[in-house]
Amino acid sequence: MLPLFARMEKIMSDQTIETSADHVPASDVSASTEHGPEKVRRQTAVYVYEAPLRLWHWVTVLCIIVLSVTGYFIGAPLPTQPGEAIDNYLMGYIRFAHFAAGYIVGIAFLGRIYWAIVGNHHSRELFLVPIFRASWWAGVIHELRWYFFLEKTPKKYIGHNPLGQAAMFFMFVLGMIFMIITGFALYGEGAGAGSWADTVFGWVIPLFGQSQDVHTWHHLGMWLIIVFVMTHVYVAVREDIMSRQSLISTMVGGWRMFKDDKPD
Amino acid sequence: MSQIETFYEVMRRQGITRRSFLKYCSLTAAALGLGPTFVPQIANAMETKPRTPVLWLHGLECTCCSESFIRSAHPLVKDVVLSMISLDYDDTLMASAGHQAEAILEETIQKYKGEYILAVEGNPPLNEDGMFCIIGGKPFLDQLKHAAKDAKAIIAWGSCASWGCVQAARPNPTQAVPIHKVIKDKPIIKVPGCPPIAEVMTGVITYMLTFGKVPELDRQGRPKMFYGQRIHDKCYRRPHFDAGQFVEQWDDEGARKGYCLYKVGCKGPTSYNACSTIRWNEGVSFPIQAGHGCIGCSEDGFWDKGSFYDRLTNIPQFGIEKNADEIGTAVAGGVGAAIAAHAAVSAIKRMTTSDDKTEAKQEEHS
Repeated sequence: MLPLFARMEKIMSDQTIETSADHVPASDVSASTEHGPEKVRRQTAVYVYEAPLRLWHWVTVLCIIVLSVTGYFIGAPLPTQPGEAIDNYLMGYIRFAHFAAGYIVGIAFLGRIYWAIVGNHHSRELFLVPIFRASWWAGVIHELRWYFFLEKTPKKYIGHNPLGQAAMFFMFVLGMIFMIITGFALYGEGAGAGSWADTVFGWVIPLFGQSQDVHTWHHLGMWLIIVFVMTHVYVAVREDIMSRQSLISTMVGGWRMFKDDKPD
Repeated sequence: MSQIETFYEVMRRQGITRRSFLKYCSLTAAALGLGPTFVPQIANAMETKPRTPVLWLHGLECTCCSESFIRSAHPLVKDVVLSMISLDYDDTLMASAGHQAEAILEETIQKYKGEYILAVEGNPPLNEDGMFCIIGGKPFLDQLKHAAKDAKAIIAWGSCASWGCVQAARPNPTQAVPIHKVIKDKPIIKVPGCPPIAEVMTGVITYMLTFGKVPELDRQGRPKMFYGQRIHDKCYRRPHFDAGQFVEQWDDEGARKGYCLYKVGCKGPTSYNACSTIRWNEGVSFPIQAGHGCIGCSEDGFWDKGSFYDRLTNIPQFGIEKNADEIGTAVAGGVGAAIAAHAAVSAIKRMTTSDDKTEAKQEEHS
C-alpha cells in the first residue's frame, strides 16, 4: 500500500504545470512552446475537472440537500397529518426520498473512488493528502495566513489549495464515508436481518453500543457535513472573487481560468 | 443421567394423558414459530431425552426476570419447572435454604459436569473484589465463575446479565458488568429485557431442550427468533408512523386515536424485542398498546440514553445536556456567524486594497 501511495504522490507532484500543457487550448499552444511552460499561466485556462467528476459533484450536492432535509424530518417529523392513516403516507415518502438519495450518494461515491483511479491527477487530490510533504504544509500555513488576513496576495492553484484539500479530505471524505456506513447500517435495521445492508454494515450497530447511539452519531455526522457545506460554499464564492483563479465556473465547465500573469 | 426421568415420564406420572401431551407439543411448536412437522420431533425429544439439570443463579438484580418467568402461559411455567427441566438450584424458588441449598449447587455441578445449563439472572459487581454482592458468604463473582466452569451453555436472563442494566448505569459505583465480561469460554445466550417476556424465556429453554442445541443467535448473542426484529417493525401503530400521524402531547387528539408515539420518545425503532408480536400477560397488551412509548429496556445501556420521552439521546459530554441536533444547530450557527464576519472583513479589506490593484494594473500597462 505504502509504495503505491508514494508513487501516486510522486505522479501528482511531477504532473505540475508542465504536464498540464497538453490541456491548454490551441490558441495558447504557441505561447507555451515559445516561452516555456511557465507562460501557460498567462491569463489562460487549464482543464482540471473532467466531466464524470463534475457530474459526481453536482449529484452529490443535490443528494446532500435531499438527505439533510429529509433526514432532519425523519428525526423531528412534521406536524401530524389530518385524516385517516390510509390516506396519508408522508413519513413513508420522506423516508423513501432519504433512502433513494442515500443509495445514489453511496453509489456515486463509489464511482468517485473509481474515477480517482482512472481519472486525471486532479481527481486523486480528494483522497490523497500529501501530509508528508513539507511544501504542502507550507501551503497550508500560507492559506491559513491568507484567511487570517495576514497575506496580501494569494497563491495560484491549478487543483485544490492545500487548506481546501485538507478540509475536503478530513471533513467531507471522512464525513461521507462515516455517513454512508452508519446510514446503511441503520437502513439495514429496517430492511431486516439477512438483507444486504444488514449483512455488510450490520456490525456497525453493536460497535457503537446500540441503534440509538448510531442514530445520535448519524445526526452529528449530518451537522459536520452541513458545516462543511457552509464553509465550502462561502470559500468557493470568496475565492472566486478574491483569489487569482476561477472557482465556481471550474466546477461547471471544468476549466480553471487564471486572472493574472504574475508568478506565484 | 439414567436416574433422571424423561419429560414424558414425568408428565404421565403427573396424570397428563398422551392426548394432552401431544396437544402440549403442538402448542410449544407454535410458540416457537415452528411448523406442524416439528410436533413429532418435539414429542420424540420429550419421550426420550432425560430432563436437563438447570442451575439458576442470582447476582445483582431485582428478580423481575423470575417474576416474569413464573407467569409464562405457553408453555406454563409449571410444565417447564416440574416436567421439562430439573431446576436443581434457584435460591428464590427452591424449598431448601442456607447450607442445604449451597450443597445442592455443589452436588449438581459435580454430578452433571458439562451437562447442565447455567441460567444467570443479574450480574456481578467487580469493585472491592466483588464485595457488593455476597451469596452464601462469598462474592457472587466467585459463585458465577465456579458454576460457569462446567456448564454446557449459559443463559443470560434479562438486561442485567446481558448488558448491565440499571446497576451498570452511569456512574456504576459497584462496577457491575454483564456476564460475558467475566465468562469468555462458554456459549452465552442473551435474553435481554427488563424483564424479558415470559414466553420468550420459556421458549428459549424449550428450544434448547427439544433440539439439544443453542438457538440461532444474532451478532450480539440474542436468539434470532425473538430478537430478530425491532418493536417498530411489527408495531400495530406503524401505519400511523408511515402516514406521519403522531401523538404530539400526552393528552391530545392523537393520543386518544392511538397514533404513533415516536415524537414522545418511543424507542420502538431502536429496540429489538418481541413485545409487539408476543406481547405480555398471555398476549393481553404491551406498553405501546397501553399508550406509552417503548423505553427500549432490552437495549444495551438504555438507562443512559437520556429521557424516555425524547427521540434523540442527550449527549452528557457537552456539560449542559444537549442532543445531537441542538449541538449541530449551535455549531452551524456559530460557523455561519464566523462566515458572515469573515465575509465582512474580506469585503472591507478588498475595498481598502483596491487602490493598490489599480496602481498595479497601471504599472503593467506602462
